[in-house]
Amino acid sequence: MKRTSHLPPDGLISLTPEGLHCAAAGVWIDPWRPVSRALITHAHADHARPGCGTYWAIGSAEGILRRRLGTGIDLRPVSYGQEWRLGDASVSFHSAGHVLGSAQIRLTAGGERWLISGDFKRDADPSCTPFEPVGADVLISEATFGLPIYRWAAGASVAEQIRRWWKGAPERTSILFCYAFGKAQRVLAELAALGDTDEVLLHGAVQTLMEPYRQAGVAMVPTRPVSELPRSASLAGRLVIAPPSAHRSAWMKRFRGPQTAFASGWMAVRGARRRRGYERGFVLSDHADWDGLVRTARESGAHQIYLTHGQSDVLARYLREVEGLGADPLEGGFETERSMEGEPGPEPE
Amino acid sequence: MKAFCRLFEQLDGSGGSIARVDALAGYFAAVPPADAAWALHALLGKQRKRLITGRRLREICLERTGMPAWLFDQCHAQVGDSAETIALLWRPAHPPESAAADRQGGETRPLHVWMEEVLPRLASLEGPAQAEAVGELWNGLEPLELLVGNKLLTGGFRVGVAQGLVLRALAKVSGLEESLLAHRLMGGFAPSAAAYRSLMAEGRGEEPALSRPYPFFLASPLDPAALAESAPGDWLLEWKWDGIRGQLIQRGGESFLWSRGEELLNPVFPDLVTLADGLPDGTVLDGEVIVWPQDAPVPSPFAALQRRLGRKAPGAAILRECPAAFVAYDLLESEGEDRRSWPLAQRRQWLEDLRNRSAPARLRLSPCLALTSWQQLDVLREQAREAGAEGLMLKRLNSPYLVGRRRGHWWKHKLAPMELDAVLLYAQAGSGRRANLFTDYSFGLWDGEGRLVTFAKAYSGLDNAEIDELDRWIRRHTTERFGPVRAVEPLQVFTLAFEGLQRSKRHRSGLAVRFPRILRWRRDRTPESADSLASALALLGEPGAAQR
Repeated sequence: MKRTSHLPPDGLISLTPEGLHCAAAGVWIDPWRPVSRALITHAHADHARPGCGTYWAIGSAEGILRRRLGTGIDLRPVSYGQEWRLGDASVSFHSAGHVLGSAQIRLTAGGERWLISGDFKRDADPSCTPFEPVGADVLISEATFGLPIYRWAAGASVAEQIRRWWKGAPERTSILFCYAFGKAQRVLAELAALGDTDEVLLHGAVQTLMEPYRQAGVAMVPTRPVSELPRSASLAGRLVIAPPSAHRSAWMKRFRGPQTAFASGWMAVRGARRRRGYERGFVLSDHADWDGLVRTARESGAHQIYLTHGQSDVLARYLREVEGLGADPLEGGFETERSMEGEPGPEPE
Repeated sequence: MKAFCRLFEQLDGSGGSIARVDALAGYFAAVPPADAAWALHALLGKQRKRLITGRRLREICLERTGMPAWLFDQCHAQVGDSAETIALLWRPAHPPESAAADRQGGETRPLHVWMEEVLPRLASLEGPAQAEAVGELWNGLEPLELLVGNKLLTGGFRVGVAQGLVLRALAKVSGLEESLLAHRLMGGFAPSAAAYRSLMAEGRGEEPALSRPYPFFLASPLDPAALAESAPGDWLLEWKWDGIRGQLIQRGGESFLWSRGEELLNPVFPDLVTLADGLPDGTVLDGEVIVWPQDAPVPSPFAALQRRLGRKAPGAAILRECPAAFVAYDLLESEGEDRRSWPLAQRRQWLEDLRNRSAPARLRLSPCLALTSWQQLDVLREQAREAGAEGLMLKRLNSPYLVGRRRGHWWKHKLAPMELDAVLLYAQAGSGRRANLFTDYSFGLWDGEGRLVTFAKAYSGLDNAEIDELDRWIRRHTTERFGPVRAVEPLQVFTLAFEGLQRSKRHRSGLAVRFPRILRWRRDRTPESADSLASALALLGEPGAAQR
């Protein structure tokens, strides 16, 4: 029997049709629909939606948010660790280690601290600030990869595998598919950290996200839009990074007999890769793996944990029965639909 | 084992067939014959022996990790395979960091040692000693080795590579013809260095085993355009019989009956072995195994053959009720000589002479049908059902007997399938690449009292986008769960195609369906407009079907 739970009616945070709501502060967190005031954990499309009155987000997310939600939005940039008053509550943003400018958000009022993790990961990532452990009384955490089959190797060692795959095929074009915002820049930064200096070619969707990362001072290998190259240019031995939507699209026609790979946490499972028809899968995720999820729940010190997204019921049961923590899957609009690509659940962007 | 795992990884990617053949050839050229033999055995899908069950491996994994069983099962549901689930869950003494692909050392024993010593030893142990030994083995393995090793243990080793590609690679390495290699591999391949060496040996010198069958020559679905250039007189026309393909061998006083799947059917069809005993020495026939009582004008339906197929050493009653016949349509060897290069007309002549000379009981010849114009072809095909056949075969009279499926010489022209519109009632997740996706469907038809009765299961026919869409729909419209099975709201209608329909006491609908598959998703139809059991019975065309 699937056990689901609602937030307590008298709690600091409640769930409304618009999403998670803090009445004391008069704000929603990552609202699904337009609201007057929104705190944004990060700029991925399933967390930052257009049409709200005022947005608060980490300063380094501003460039991407304005690009995606409109340059004219009312956006108040905030810094990690800075605490300020909003209505009757105090608010602070803390680094989530997910993508550039991603945050966990803590709200405190009436002596109770609630932490909303947003999407996060605990692994080192040269393209964004590292995760910061934050204490709370109640934690609302994601559970996208909440099964112990999902365990990540260090990004640097996966990048090394990617590099070897690419350099091992000097006659072919290597097309690496990955989410355009976050994963692509992480790969480029990991390659730079390995000491690689070869230019990488980018699909247009990845290219548009490069400027905010370069402005934020993230060190990445040199890049160029693939569209800038003349049609006649040889692409042998080149690495091209593209979003998954470009796989098997007309865009692919320009490459002759390329080798393809997909970088995603879902690639841990063989069937998921074979179903999508990639030759190689690199297990690289910007979400916490099983150990990261369990450790974060434990370290938060929270007496109650609510889980959203993905395997929320499995992780909740484990935390209850094995870790002895108060944990429940949170009923609501978090359950992500399977994407058209046949994923067990889409890894947001 | 390392080289074999690397090969598995290369084949597992969806790279093109050239890359796969290269990977295979590279492997076969590099490893010693004893390893090549075991690899070939596994690649041909012959490694079916289950040394330890997946259930036992799960038990060992639970015992040694202390993980709750429900958590393992949740993981299994996501992965769809025990061997892989354990490979992902097992936490070796080394953290995953150091287990990255670049780690040196680890498993160094060659594949044949694994297959001949390491794995059989694990299987021979019991209880805690077995758990201990399996855990110890797992500890020393990298994740990929763990996956491949577990798959070899459970007999579930499969990698998406067709036999044709394996043959191409062997041909490349040995310089031999693919058809010769295919022939040498027929009738079983014992995984030993000696067997591999004689497989790859030059020339045709050595005496083949008496039992060895020839590779079957297969027909392709008819491309009518291919006939336009030729006259009907260039072709031999026969019924396409609805039995199983077989090769009947009489050599040196011994008889053998092989299925197309290279299974020796002697114990299942003692009646046909007796029949073969009456053939001249050095005779090999290609034909159809079918149930056909001596005085019946047409063969019994496929269901009768199915009753025979399940049983080894059938009793007198079943032999009497369902007597098997061999409907011969080709002659591959006579007087101990390989006749496959002869034109079909000549082989057929020999076959008829043989029939007239020796005429063992129950050796039937597939009759030649007369056709004077192509316009008559479909008229003739429509008569197939009446003749107890499932369509027509067209074989070029001058065709040699080739290996495998080569277009242009032999065509099959099957009856159009039967069709019914049925309502989706239940769904179950698949496994492997369909793990965690609802892809196994059960469909129902209306009975006389306004209820939907389950009537067929189908697994194929939808494309990936449709599977994804239907999967999402199923998740949102589940009404009940029975373990892995979900009942859904009876709203979606599908046109099912199938080859045959039989009365059956074992099925709730009273009907057994042959080769059901989804033809199309009928979004235009309401469930009320789906077909009924009565319309299925009408298709059966059985006299008096409606009254029973």
